[in-house]
Amino acid sequence: MPRVRILKTFAVLVLFIALKAAGNLSLAWGMKHLGESASANPLFYIRAMLNPFVLSGVATLIVAILVRLVLLSLSDLSFVLPVTAVGYVIATFLGKTVLHEEVTASRWVGTVLIVIGAVLTSSTVHTTARKEDRQA
Amino acid sequence: MRWILVALMVAATAASDLLQSFEMKQAGEQSARARGLMRVLRMIAQRRYLILSIACLSVSFFSFMALVQMGPLSFAVPASGASFFLETLLAKLLLKEHVGKRRTAGALIVLAGVVLVGG
Repeated sequence: MPRVRILKTFAVLVLFIALKAAGNLSLAWGMKHLGESASANPLFYIRAMLNPFVLSGVATLIVAILVRLVLLSLSDLSFVLPVTAVGYVIATFLGKTVLHEEVTASRWVGTVLIVIGAVLTSSTVHTTARKEDRQA
Repeated sequence: MRWILVALMVAATAASDLLQSFEMKQAGEQSARARGLMRVLRMIAQRRYLILSIACLSVSFFSFMALVQMGPLSFAVPASGASFFLETLLAKLLLKEHVGKRRTAGALIVLAGVVLVGG
Protein backbone atom coordinates (compact mmCIF):
# COMPACT_ATOMS: atom_id res chain seq x y z
CA MET A 1 0.00 0.00 0.00
CA PRO A 2 1.48 3.43 -0.91
CA ARG A 3 2.57 5.64 2.00
CA VAL A 4 0.10 8.41 1.08
CA ARG A 5 -2.79 5.94 1.24
CA ILE A 6 -1.62 4.63 4.63
CA LEU A 7 -1.47 8.20 5.98
CA LYS A 8 -4.92 8.97 4.54
CA THR A 9 -6.37 5.80 6.11
CA PHE A 10 -4.82 6.71 9.46
CA ALA A 11 -6.14 10.30 9.27
CA VAL A 12 -9.69 9.12 8.41
CA LEU A 13 -9.49 6.52 11.20
CA VAL A 14 -8.52 9.14 13.80
CA LEU A 15 -11.26 11.47 12.47
CA PHE A 16 -13.88 8.71 12.79
CA ILE A 17 -12.86 7.79 16.36
CA ALA A 18 -12.83 11.49 17.37
CA LEU A 19 -16.25 12.19 15.79
CA LYS A 20 -17.81 9.12 17.40
CA ALA A 21 -16.43 10.05 20.84
CA ALA A 22 -17.50 13.72 20.51
CA GLY A 23 -20.96 12.73 19.21
CA ASN A 24 -21.59 10.28 22.05
CA LEU A 25 -20.36 12.79 24.64
CA SER A 26 -22.54 15.63 23.30
CA LEU A 27 -25.58 13.33 23.09
CA ALA A 28 -25.06 12.03 26.64
CA TRP A 29 -24.57 15.57 28.03
CA GLY A 30 -27.71 16.84 26.27
CA MET A 31 -29.86 13.87 27.33
CA LYS A 32 -28.79 14.21 30.98
CA HIS A 33 -29.76 17.91 31.00
CA LEU A 34 -33.13 17.62 29.23
CA GLY A 35 -35.38 18.03 32.26
CA GLU A 36 -37.70 15.33 30.89
CA SER A 37 -37.35 11.57 31.39
CA ALA A 38 -37.13 9.17 28.46
CA SER A 39 -40.30 7.33 27.53
CA ALA A 40 -41.53 4.90 24.90
CA ASN A 41 -43.27 7.77 23.07
CA PRO A 42 -41.38 8.51 19.80
CA LEU A 43 -42.37 12.19 20.14
CA PHE A 44 -40.08 12.41 23.18
CA TYR A 45 -37.06 11.64 20.96
CA ILE A 46 -38.13 14.21 18.37
CA ARG A 47 -38.47 16.82 21.16
CA ALA A 48 -35.11 15.75 22.62
CA MET A 49 -33.43 16.61 19.31
CA LEU A 50 -34.44 20.25 19.82
CA ASN A 51 -31.81 20.37 22.58
CA PRO A 52 -28.64 21.84 21.01
CA PHE A 53 -26.32 19.25 22.61
CA VAL A 54 -28.53 16.33 21.54
CA LEU A 55 -28.87 17.80 18.05
CA SER A 56 -25.12 18.36 17.66
CA GLY A 57 -24.50 14.85 19.03
CA VAL A 58 -26.88 13.29 16.48
CA ALA A 59 -25.41 15.43 13.65
CA THR A 60 -21.84 14.49 14.65
CA LEU A 61 -22.77 10.78 14.78
CA ILE A 62 -24.33 11.02 11.29
CA VAL A 63 -21.10 12.59 9.97
CA ALA A 64 -19.20 9.79 11.76
CA ILE A 65 -21.25 7.19 9.84
CA LEU A 66 -20.32 8.88 6.54
CA VAL A 67 -16.63 9.06 7.55
CA ARG A 68 -16.83 5.34 8.43
CA LEU A 69 -18.09 4.63 4.91
CA VAL A 70 -15.02 6.45 3.56
CA LEU A 71 -12.83 4.42 5.93
CA LEU A 72 -14.44 1.20 4.66
CA SER A 73 -13.63 2.24 1.11
CA LEU A 74 -9.94 2.61 2.12
CA SER A 75 -9.55 -0.55 4.22
CA ASP A 76 -11.18 -3.86 5.08
CA LEU A 77 -13.96 -4.32 7.63
CA SER A 78 -11.70 -6.85 9.36
CA PHE A 79 -9.30 -3.94 10.01
CA VAL A 80 -11.93 -1.27 10.79
CA LEU A 81 -13.99 -3.24 13.36
CA PRO A 82 -11.14 -4.29 15.72
CA VAL A 83 -9.27 -0.96 15.50
CA THR A 84 -12.37 1.17 16.18
CA ALA A 85 -13.18 -0.97 19.25
CA VAL A 86 -10.76 1.35 21.09
CA GLY A 87 -13.78 3.70 21.14
CA TYR A 88 -15.17 1.73 24.12
CA VAL A 89 -12.15 2.71 26.21
CA ILE A 90 -12.33 6.33 25.02
CA ALA A 91 -16.04 6.55 25.94
CA THR A 92 -15.30 5.18 29.41
CA PHE A 93 -12.42 7.66 29.82
CA LEU A 94 -14.63 10.59 28.72
CA GLY A 95 -17.42 9.43 31.03
CA LYS A 96 -14.99 9.51 33.94
CA THR A 97 -13.16 12.75 33.15
CA VAL A 98 -15.83 14.96 31.51
CA LEU A 99 -19.11 13.62 32.93
CA HIS A 100 -17.50 12.76 36.31
CA GLU A 101 -18.91 9.22 36.31
CA GLU A 102 -17.71 6.67 38.84
CA VAL A 103 -15.80 4.01 36.92
CA THR A 104 -15.02 1.02 39.12
CA ALA A 105 -12.11 -1.37 38.56
CA SER A 106 -14.50 -4.08 37.36
CA ARG A 107 -15.95 -1.68 34.76
CA TRP A 108 -12.44 -0.94 33.43
CA VAL A 109 -11.68 -4.67 33.28
CA GLY A 110 -15.03 -5.31 31.55
CA THR A 111 -14.35 -2.57 29.00
CA VAL A 112 -10.90 -3.97 28.19
CA LEU A 113 -12.40 -7.48 27.88
CA ILE A 114 -15.01 -6.15 25.43
CA VAL A 115 -12.22 -4.58 23.32
CA ILE A 116 -10.21 -7.86 23.36
CA GLY A 117 -13.33 -9.87 22.49
CA ALA A 118 -14.26 -7.44 19.71
CA VAL A 119 -10.75 -7.72 18.24
CA LEU A 120 -10.88 -11.55 18.36
CA THR A 121 -14.38 -11.67 16.89
CA SER A 122 -14.03 -9.10 14.14
CA SER A 123 -10.44 -9.58 12.98
CA THR A 124 -11.49 -13.04 11.81
CA VAL A 125 -14.59 -11.89 9.93
CA HIS A 126 -15.20 -14.49 7.25
CA THR A 127 -15.06 -12.69 3.94
CA THR A 128 -17.63 -13.61 1.34
CA ALA A 129 -15.59 -11.98 -1.45
CA ARG A 130 -14.77 -14.26 -4.34
CA LYS A 131 -11.29 -15.75 -4.23
CA GLU A 132 -10.27 -14.14 -7.54
CA ASP A 133 -11.46 -10.74 -6.24
CA ARG A 134 -9.36 -11.08 -3.09
CA GLN A 135 -6.29 -12.00 -5.11
CA ALA A 136 -6.75 -9.06 -7.48
CA MET B 1 -34.56 -1.08 33.28
CA ARG B 2 -31.07 -0.35 31.90
CA TRP B 3 -30.55 -4.02 30.99
CA ILE B 4 -33.88 -4.01 29.14
CA LEU B 5 -32.66 -0.99 27.15
CA VAL B 6 -29.30 -2.71 26.46
CA ALA B 7 -31.15 -5.82 25.27
CA LEU B 8 -33.46 -3.73 23.08
CA MET B 9 -30.53 -1.72 21.65
CA VAL B 10 -28.41 -4.79 20.91
CA ALA B 11 -31.31 -6.87 19.52
CA ALA B 12 -32.40 -4.00 17.26
CA THR B 13 -28.81 -3.46 16.04
CA ALA B 14 -28.37 -7.17 15.31
CA ALA B 15 -31.74 -7.38 13.54
CA SER B 16 -30.84 -4.34 11.44
CA ASP B 17 -27.42 -5.77 10.50
CA LEU B 18 -28.86 -9.18 9.62
CA LEU B 19 -31.61 -7.64 7.47
CA GLN B 20 -29.07 -5.41 5.70
CA SER B 21 -26.67 -8.31 5.19
CA PHE B 22 -29.44 -10.55 3.83
CA GLU B 23 -30.82 -7.90 1.45
CA MET B 24 -27.46 -6.53 0.25
CA LYS B 25 -26.14 -10.01 -0.53
CA GLN B 26 -29.10 -10.39 -2.89
CA ALA B 27 -28.55 -6.91 -4.35
CA GLY B 28 -24.95 -7.65 -5.41
CA GLU B 29 -21.89 -5.44 -5.27
CA GLN B 30 -22.53 -1.68 -4.86
CA SER B 31 -20.32 1.35 -5.42
CA ALA B 32 -19.40 3.80 -2.62
CA ARG B 33 -19.15 6.69 -5.09
CA ALA B 34 -21.81 9.44 -5.09
CA ARG B 35 -23.91 7.80 -7.81
CA GLY B 36 -23.60 4.41 -6.13
CA LEU B 37 -24.70 5.87 -2.76
CA MET B 38 -27.75 7.45 -4.45
CA ARG B 39 -28.63 4.02 -5.84
CA VAL B 40 -28.31 2.53 -2.34
CA LEU B 41 -30.66 5.28 -1.04
CA ARG B 42 -33.22 4.40 -3.74
CA MET B 43 -32.79 0.74 -2.89
CA ILE B 44 -33.63 1.44 0.77
CA ALA B 45 -36.98 2.89 -0.32
CA GLN B 46 -37.76 -0.08 -2.59
CA ARG B 47 -36.71 -3.09 -0.52
CA ARG B 48 -38.93 -3.88 2.46
CA TYR B 49 -36.20 -5.60 4.49
CA LEU B 50 -34.02 -2.48 4.17
CA ILE B 51 -36.94 -0.29 5.31
CA LEU B 52 -37.36 -2.66 8.27
CA SER B 53 -33.61 -2.47 8.98
CA ILE B 54 -33.81 1.35 9.17
CA ALA B 55 -36.75 1.03 11.58
CA CYS B 56 -34.66 -1.35 13.73
CA LEU B 57 -31.74 1.09 13.62
CA SER B 58 -34.05 3.87 14.87
CA VAL B 59 -35.22 1.68 17.78
CA SER B 60 -31.56 0.95 18.59
CA PHE B 61 -30.60 4.65 18.54
CA PHE B 62 -33.61 5.72 20.64
CA SER B 63 -32.71 3.01 23.18
CA PHE B 64 -29.16 4.36 23.28
CA MET B 65 -30.50 7.90 23.86
CA ALA B 66 -32.63 6.68 26.78
CA LEU B 67 -29.71 4.65 28.14
CA VAL B 68 -27.27 7.59 28.23
CA GLN B 69 -29.94 9.66 29.96
CA MET B 70 -30.55 7.23 32.82
CA GLY B 71 -27.12 5.61 33.06
CA PRO B 72 -23.44 6.48 32.69
CA LEU B 73 -21.81 6.81 29.25
CA SER B 74 -19.08 4.48 30.56
CA PHE B 75 -21.77 1.79 30.78
CA ALA B 76 -23.88 2.54 27.69
CA VAL B 77 -21.09 2.54 25.07
CA PRO B 78 -19.16 -0.58 26.19
CA ALA B 79 -22.47 -2.45 26.77
CA SER B 80 -23.38 -1.82 23.13
CA GLY B 81 -20.44 -4.14 22.35
CA ALA B 82 -22.77 -7.02 23.30
CA SER B 83 -23.87 -6.84 19.66
CA PHE B 84 -20.61 -8.69 18.80
CA PHE B 85 -21.87 -11.66 20.83
CA LEU B 86 -25.44 -11.65 19.53
CA GLU B 87 -24.44 -11.05 15.90
CA THR B 88 -21.92 -13.92 16.01
CA LEU B 89 -24.61 -16.20 17.44
CA LEU B 90 -27.21 -15.14 14.86
CA ALA B 91 -24.70 -15.30 11.98
CA LYS B 92 -24.11 -18.94 12.88
CA LEU B 93 -27.75 -19.85 13.50
CA LEU B 94 -29.56 -17.82 10.83
CA LEU B 95 -27.01 -16.99 8.11
CA LYS B 96 -25.26 -20.37 8.54
CA GLU B 97 -21.85 -18.63 8.52
CA HIS B 98 -18.75 -20.52 9.59
CA VAL B 99 -17.81 -19.46 13.16
CA GLY B 100 -14.36 -20.68 14.21
CA LYS B 101 -12.91 -21.20 17.70
CA ARG B 102 -11.25 -17.78 17.79
CA ARG B 103 -14.46 -15.97 16.90
CA THR B 104 -16.44 -18.04 19.44
CA ALA B 105 -13.87 -17.22 22.15
CA GLY B 106 -14.04 -13.52 21.22
CA ALA B 107 -17.84 -13.48 21.46
CA LEU B 108 -17.74 -15.15 24.91
CA ILE B 109 -15.06 -12.69 26.14
CA VAL B 110 -17.31 -9.79 24.99
CA LEU B 111 -20.20 -11.29 26.98
CA ALA B 112 -18.02 -11.60 30.12
CA GLY B 113 -16.91 -7.97 29.62
CA VAL B 114 -20.51 -6.72 29.35
CA VAL B 115 -21.44 -8.52 32.60
CA LEU B 116 -18.45 -6.87 34.37
CA VAL B 117 -19.22 -3.42 32.94
CA GLY B 118 -22.73 -3.61 34.36
CA GLY B 119 -21.58 -4.88 37.76
